[in-house]
Amino acid sequence: MKNEYGIIIIGGGPAGMAAAIGAKEAGEDDILILERDSVLGGILNQCIHNGFGLHTFNEELTGPEYAERFADKVRELGIPFELDTMVLDVSPMEDGRKAVSLISAKRGAVTLTAKAVILAMGCRERPRGALNIPGSRPQGVYTAGTAQKLINLEGAHVGKEVVILGSGDIGLIMARRMTLEGAHVAAVAELMPYSSGLKRNIVQCLDDYGIPLLLSHTVVDIKGKDKLEGVYIAEVDEKRTPIPGSEVYYPCDTLLLSCGLIPENELTVGAGVEIDPRTNGAYVSESLETNVEGVFSCGNVLHVHDLVDFVSEESKRAGANAARYVKQGRKAGGSTVNVSAGNGVRYTVPSKINTNALEELNHIRFRVTGVYTNVSIVITSGDKEILRRKSRILVPSEMLDIILKRDKLADITDDLKVYIEEVES
Amino acid sequence: MTHELICINCPMGCALTAQVEGGKVISVSGNTCPRGEQYAKTELTAPVRTVTTTMITSGGKPVPVKTKEPIPKEKIFDVVAAIKASTAPLPVKMGDVVLSDAAGTGVDIVSARSLNNA
Repeated sequence: MKNEYGIIIIGGGPAGMAAAIGAKEAGEDDILILERDSVLGGILNQCIHNGFGLHTFNEELTGPEYAERFADKVRELGIPFELDTMVLDVSPMEDGRKAVSLISAKRGAVTLTAKAVILAMGCRERPRGALNIPGSRPQGVYTAGTAQKLINLEGAHVGKEVVILGSGDIGLIMARRMTLEGAHVAAVAELMPYSSGLKRNIVQCLDDYGIPLLLSHTVVDIKGKDKLEGVYIAEVDEKRTPIPGSEVYYPCDTLLLSCGLIPENELTVGAGVEIDPRTNGAYVSESLETNVEGVFSCGNVLHVHDLVDFVSEESKRAGANAARYVKQGRKAGGSTVNVSAGNGVRYTVPSKINTNALEELNHIRFRVTGVYTNVSIVITSGDKEILRRKSRILVPSEMLDIILKRDKLADITDDLKVYIEEVES
Repeated sequence: MTHELICINCPMGCALTAQVEGGKVISVSGNTCPRGEQYAKTELTAPVRTVTTTMITSGGKPVPVKTKEPIPKEKIFDVVAAIKASTAPLPVKMGDVVLSDAAGTGVDIVSARSLNNA
């Protein structure tokens, strides 16, 4: 069996598949996708709701349909992939190649080598243990995604009387899903004074079914010894501290947690890649390359996206860049500038740009720190203003994507700064 | 009659106020763009939704399905009940009709995934 490859892609979800397609279309034929599940598609297979693909296919698809279109394309292009394969370690070798150690029924425990590696492992949910909710540890407490998998892929019945903590999109989607499966969803509690989910999901998943959204509320106690019996929900003050006396008891057999996603970067760290504490993903350049030469990162393992279309677009670029790296090496020369997050901006991807490696169109993606109305997005390099764009509303739940043409960035020598400026009204 | 609703076209989430008389929307206010007016008109006269759920297959595992077109909102539970009363034979291909004319809506239910016998 072949052990040496041009590009090895870790993860066969939306990011990995798009990266493979991007690399293949850029002329690299020696590719291998490694996927730990028994099918391609990743999390999309359990996201049976619609709303995917508006940007990529100009139509609204369900998650499995979006995944299958990409999987069909991977097969059509003849890109090899190995399923039921767990990657254990990625390490740079002295000659510049990467060693990828894995275990699978087909190969056993082996180490492959690749000229470039694309990290596309996605993200996982923040579990109960990371939330510090007091109370006992009964059966019936699930992350929203676990319940989603049990219902949509296994056909299991998860529960009848449900409380959901966290109003991110997965929590909202699961409120509707549980309702359609015959359960009663008593409430969705959200710690923040606003929902981190999309408006359309609040309307179509909660309002349509009369499910109350309790903003500035959280679960303060979990009752039940072997089986969940109920939870206490309390209101929180502006410091997010529960207000004594505001507790209300909700009897329930199921508590779903939808409290944030964390990029799954154990392999990344093991490979010596530097992690940005703001995204929990790698620091990357304009080419989506990490500080370790020839190791690229894309999709939710890089930073958590809200639209899969953005994941596909980004990953395709990572694939094309990896293909270019395999053929030509890293582009040297030019000036390398940092991209920093100023007022109102939580992080940027990329965090640095080499002016010699610019594409015709260059993306800077970021999220804002709060809700802003009537502001301008400004990008400067030293004293030079690169971009100023008015915006009526910016919210943290929507990732922003600024596209800059090569000539805007080709001559810069000073660091780029992205910030939000209030507009005088 | 006055209706209040939130436009879902963009993150602005404009709070719309609409006047409905005789089953027709006669005025919409609170919107900042034309899309808000259109949304209020559809949402208040004939709201529709695409329904996605799972149908059990002959292999015992579920397959994701969806309504081929949006259906009237008030038919959601009838359509889900009709889907849950049916079984999809395997193998099934993405796009195959697994139930025709669900709950008298005239809308077919199609598979959202290809599944083999396994």
